[in-house]
Amino acid sequence: MSFIHIKGLEFSYVNEFEEPPVKNTVLKGIDLDIEKGEFVAVLGHNGSGKSTLAKCINAINLPEKGEVLVDGLDTINEENLLPIRKRVGMVFQNPDNQIVATIVEEDVAFALENLGVEPTEIRRRVDEALKTVGMYEYRMHAPHKLSGGQKQRVAIAGVIAMQPECIVLDEPTAMLDPKGRSEVMKTIKMLNKEKGVTIVLITHYMEEAAQADRVVVIDGGEKIMDNVPQKIFSQVSVMRNLGLDVPQVTEIADFLKNSGYDISNEIITEDECVDALYALLTKK
Amino acid sequence: MIKDMTIGQYFPGKSPVHRLDARLKILLTIAFIVMLFVADDIKGLGVGIAFTFITFIISRIPLKMMFKSIRPILIIIIITAMLNLFFVHTGTPLVEWKFIKITDKGVETAVFMVVRILCLIVGTSLLTYTSSPIDLTDAIERLLSPLKKIKVPVHELAMMMTIALRFIPTLLEETDKITSAQKARGADMETGSIFKRAKALIPILIPLFVSSFRHAEELALAMECRCYHGGEGRTRMKQLHFKLIDLWGTLYLVFFFAGVIVMNKIG
Amino acid sequence: MAIIKTENLTYVYGDGTPFRKVAVDNVDLEIENGEMVGVIGHTGSGKSTLIQHFNGLLKPTSGSVYIDGERLWDDKAKLRPVRFKVGLVFQYPEYQLFEETCYKDIAFGPKNMGLDNAEIDRRIKETARMVGIGADVLDKSPFELSGGQKRRVAIAGVMAMEPQVLILDEPASGLDPKGRDQILGLIREYHQQKKNTVLLVSHSMEDIAKHTTKILVMNKAKLFCYDDTVKVFHRAKELEEMGLAVPQITRVFNRLRSMGIQFDDDVYTTKYAKELLMRLLADK
Repeated sequence: MSFIHIKGLEFSYVNEFEEPPVKNTVLKGIDLDIEKGEFVAVLGHNGSGKSTLAKCINAINLPEKGEVLVDGLDTINEENLLPIRKRVGMVFQNPDNQIVATIVEEDVAFALENLGVEPTEIRRRVDEALKTVGMYEYRMHAPHKLSGGQKQRVAIAGVIAMQPECIVLDEPTAMLDPKGRSEVMKTIKMLNKEKGVTIVLITHYMEEAAQADRVVVIDGGEKIMDNVPQKIFSQVSVMRNLGLDVPQVTEIADFLKNSGYDISNEIITEDECVDALYALLTKK
Repeated sequence: MIKDMTIGQYFPGKSPVHRLDARLKILLTIAFIVMLFVADDIKGLGVGIAFTFITFIISRIPLKMMFKSIRPILIIIIITAMLNLFFVHTGTPLVEWKFIKITDKGVETAVFMVVRILCLIVGTSLLTYTSSPIDLTDAIERLLSPLKKIKVPVHELAMMMTIALRFIPTLLEETDKITSAQKARGADMETGSIFKRAKALIPILIPLFVSSFRHAEELALAMECRCYHGGEGRTRMKQLHFKLIDLWGTLYLVFFFAGVIVMNKIG
Repeated sequence: MAIIKTENLTYVYGDGTPFRKVAVDNVDLEIENGEMVGVIGHTGSGKSTLIQHFNGLLKPTSGSVYIDGERLWDDKAKLRPVRFKVGLVFQYPEYQLFEETCYKDIAFGPKNMGLDNAEIDRRIKETARMVGIGADVLDKSPFELSGGQKRRVAIAGVMAMEPQVLILDEPASGLDPKGRDQILGLIREYHQQKKNTVLLVSHSMEDIAKHTTKILVMNKAKLFCYDDTVKVFHRAKELEEMGLAVPQITRVFNRLRSMGIQFDDDVYTTKYAKELLMRLLADK
């Protein structure tokens, strides 16, 4: 079975303040399987249910209908709570709201302390995690003095110290500047490629999604597309209608193809685009 | 600007006072306070002054910082001095004018009290100047941990303190931002009566409340995701160990404490 | 006449403390009335500090700021009227909403200006229409709205003051692609309708390229340049060296040029890229 197995997942929020309580169904029967070592990007406009889905993976949200299994463990089962959260770490949008301690290394140690790991082992793993994200020199710093990208890397270190098999990142770059964004993306890709960590990345940036192995598009609480990024982004008008976007290079390729030129519209990176345009412009 | 404010009053350094274990430092501070109150005359207090002064020198905290911590309580010191000066009527009168009567005993008590308070402030500020807030929180948690047996939520209290320390800078920065934003919308916080100014704070306080709740909610979620489930079965990365320097620190205080007692005996 | 003018503007944070930092260093600048200006620079470049001088939120350490010919800080009592001339929308402006209803919140600025109720009402209705907030939403609590709607209400709160200059700091950050386009679109519409000066601070070069006619670049507390959008993008290489991300499409075409493809103008929007490609391909 897949590492993350989601079947017929339904979830709704109930607003108790309204009279009578209003039920808002956010996820309407999602099927999704994610294998170990995959890098999956999840796209969808605000309110499409993608964040809710993310929170279902590590048992913050429990399915109303259907099931979510992580490494074979059912999230509905209370005893599985800690084992699941140990396997699936989560990183959120606002770096300020996920750093608990007043010193970087103390914060990275937080999860391990919660799990009752031996102090010497905590020390070792904290140092390793900080080195992995390139924040080791900052281990004694106060988090509020760091840049957004650095804070987010500390948050990632706090998660990888648990040695999870999967990390779910909910718009981790939304509040960062371009420099912070590329720092975080580099870290994520490195974790996936070198450490084999399964990545589920929720994002609004199409260039980031284009770096994934697979893109899942959520709309209105349903999974409507699930494919390699080339096949997703080449559907330019479909993506636009969903309130999403495509990388600029894909837009250009798609435009040329529609104008009758011999070019693939499955171009999603800068390199691919340069090569294709060069070939097109120099072809006799 | 408020964001320039330092949190707590920690003044980083590497002096022997800084290096003492925070738990021990708290205990020594308590012993120091007791010592000041055990001293019942100028001679005994002299030993207390010597202790305070020497510790202050060793800690290498700038004099300026020390004045900063004395300033807020200056008024209390002055009132104490006045009360003793005017209301202690034993001893030989020095000045007698209408209802005012100042005696030599009164002067002596006033000086004694003022010096005692000054020592108290300098000594206790040294604790907060030389220990980081997180070390103090940690130390308090560990010192109080026996109270867990009688169901005092020691871990939870310490956690709350840590989080408060962590979020003070964030909230200060936010207050700054919201204030600027409302000022940009023409909010006037600098003129008018006190009542009007208090009312002008509403546009700042409400967004600040809302954002505090948002922080709290998201932080709780992030903590849960990192397997937080209360203090049960929790370990700590940093183990506090008593070192040789802690033994020296203790002996140092015991020596002075004995001095105070001896002075009391001969006095 | 220049609507915003600075002379030797310098601002130093924490002067006389160990944290001393020159945030704005000797900036001379003249912005003409009616421009749509993009303001770029990496985090910490001084751009946020600079714009806060334009409506008297910060007092220059040395040098002067003139708004509409009037020198700020000569008379402190005249500062508030300046804040009504120069509207400043901070990043994540929705976090400053505080009133019971959106209507009252938008009214806050105009009320502070001392306008009468009829005029306030007129302005609220006009700006609400401009930002696409329906009459039914005006009576709702701002805290009930979605993120995108909150943002519009907050922007309307500043627009309702009808400032001669509107400055927006990252108005689209954190929104999904559709939300981004909508917010930037309405700002552009506002500019076209009112013919006011608009300053748009953004990290997204794509957005700046698409929406502005002039660009102000800050680098290391200094004014790097203030020029027409075309001319600034011509210096793409220098911008990249500063750590600013030029649009993907600009990078693609600069690489094509270095590979020997010949074309005159710089490419920084997909719209122009398409035109150019069609021309190049037709010429063959």
